[in-house]
Amino acid sequence: MELICPAGTRASLEAAVEAGADAIYCGFCDETNARNFPGLNFTREDMRAGIAFAHRHGVKVMVAINTFARAGALALWESAIDDAVEAGADALILADVATLDYAARRHPQQRLHVSVQAGAANPDAIRFYVESFGAQRVVLPRVLSVPEIAAIMRETTCETEVFVFGGLCVMEEGRCSLSSYATGKSPNMQGVCSPASHVAYKEQRGEVVSTLGGFTINRFAKDEPAGYPTLCKGRFSTPQGSGYIFEDPVSLDAATMLPALRAAGVTALKIEGRQRGRAYIAQVVRAFRRSLAALDAGMPAPAAGLAAMSEGQASTVGAYRKTWR
Amino acid sequence: MAHPDTPHLDAFHADMAPTDAVPPTLPALVALALRPLPLAPLQPALALMLRRIGQCHPRLYGRLGEHASKRFGIDPTDLPFRFVLEPRPQRPSVRAVRSLPKGLDAQIRGPLSALIGMAEGSLDGDALFFSRMLVVEGDVEAVLALRNAIDDARLDLGALLFGGLGPLGRVLTEVLRRHRQPPADPLGARPPSGARPWN
Repeated sequence: MELICPAGTRASLEAAVEAGADAIYCGFCDETNARNFPGLNFTREDMRAGIAFAHRHGVKVMVAINTFARAGALALWESAIDDAVEAGADALILADVATLDYAARRHPQQRLHVSVQAGAANPDAIRFYVESFGAQRVVLPRVLSVPEIAAIMRETTCETEVFVFGGLCVMEEGRCSLSSYATGKSPNMQGVCSPASHVAYKEQRGEVVSTLGGFTINRFAKDEPAGYPTLCKGRFSTPQGSGYIFEDPVSLDAATMLPALRAAGVTALKIEGRQRGRAYIAQVVRAFRRSLAALDAGMPAPAAGLAAMSEGQASTVGAYRKTWR
Repeated sequence: MAHPDTPHLDAFHADMAPTDAVPPTLPALVALALRPLPLAPLQPALALMLRRIGQCHPRLYGRLGEHASKRFGIDPTDLPFRFVLEPRPQRPSVRAVRSLPKGLDAQIRGPLSALIGMAEGSLDGDALFFSRMLVVEGDVEAVLALRNAIDDARLDLGALLFGGLGPLGRVLTEVLRRHRQPPADPLGARPPSGARPWN
């Protein structure tokens, strides 16, 4: 199985290459990618240089242009596609049928991957992307159990890529409007979930209170591990009690699921975290490279020791082992 | 400085310590001993370091964008003084102060070793935030831009401080690098007290 690693900067890309990535995914510094954060991402020049660097080390680069194009502004997404192809991208990761259609017609030789943002979670949806646009890989949304992934694999020849580590969404990828509701900015169209411009932290007697767009999201007690200021991981008061309603602030860690994912026929494993620093990228990529080596050797997976890297310093195997439904 | 096309991967990743390790805090006695010292002698070193960062990493300003004009308060919680950083491309400045002034755009608080580790890319800022070692207040967008710009720049603060001192500078850089290295023993890691199964 290929190891697909995130990069938000040239330094992160090089860290991922050094740590053992088979491929890296990254995006341009604009709203065409779903990690449109301040100070992050690649200029056109960065992209050309980053791809050249990766190729010299035998590593592929996939360019994520995975937000949904705004009406009247499709040119921004089209130019991102053209520039990624010109820069030598090994694959484009796309979600919007408009961008998939443009890429398939304009660059018929370009390898296309269907982003997790497209939410293609069944064989019929995948077949649509394969037949309509020649998509060669689909990144599966994080709503599927391993048996469900295996069932999909039996009905498609399309390659599949699954997340194995990092931040989790509320299982409505490409469709979530929670952050849009609170901030007026859309993760799906502008690439900003819980935009930093709308986030505030306040420390009060050892507690940290986080707010998003003026809404209080969470209050972390002294020394309690913290999470991102997203509505989906906020604590709410309801008639049934107070607590996490949608999901806990935890990260996905599917290291223990690698044998099952391989048996299911998964092509590639993806690490989330383009917004993270290169220390995260180096450490997580190395840990999963070690786990894959152990898997190939028939050895037990070594302890990854990634708790400190996880949101809330806690982890889950998420939907892969769907005992929570 | 442009990113080297010919990488020296081993060199720039050599001091990436596992981030499970807790960044050490300065012993309280050291902090106490530093308290009466005048801050003025710090200024030339700080100015030199900032000038060299600007010279060696001009791309950093591209990532900072509009946030280069912001005023950042840097508060090493184990030191008896703080810093006010104004990274403006034309006239960058950093000042050591006893207490942070009002009206700053953003403040970043944490142990000195955590702040240095984050600045040099050996520690992940989000992980420090999750562990509550890092506190951010004010303009979060500006802080993120600063963090990402610095992470991409691959700063070596020791080399920036002592780089002009020849062989002595290399020795001092190595001493600083060893001193700030978090303990390699993962048993020294903060116990995952908040860790809990989700399902």
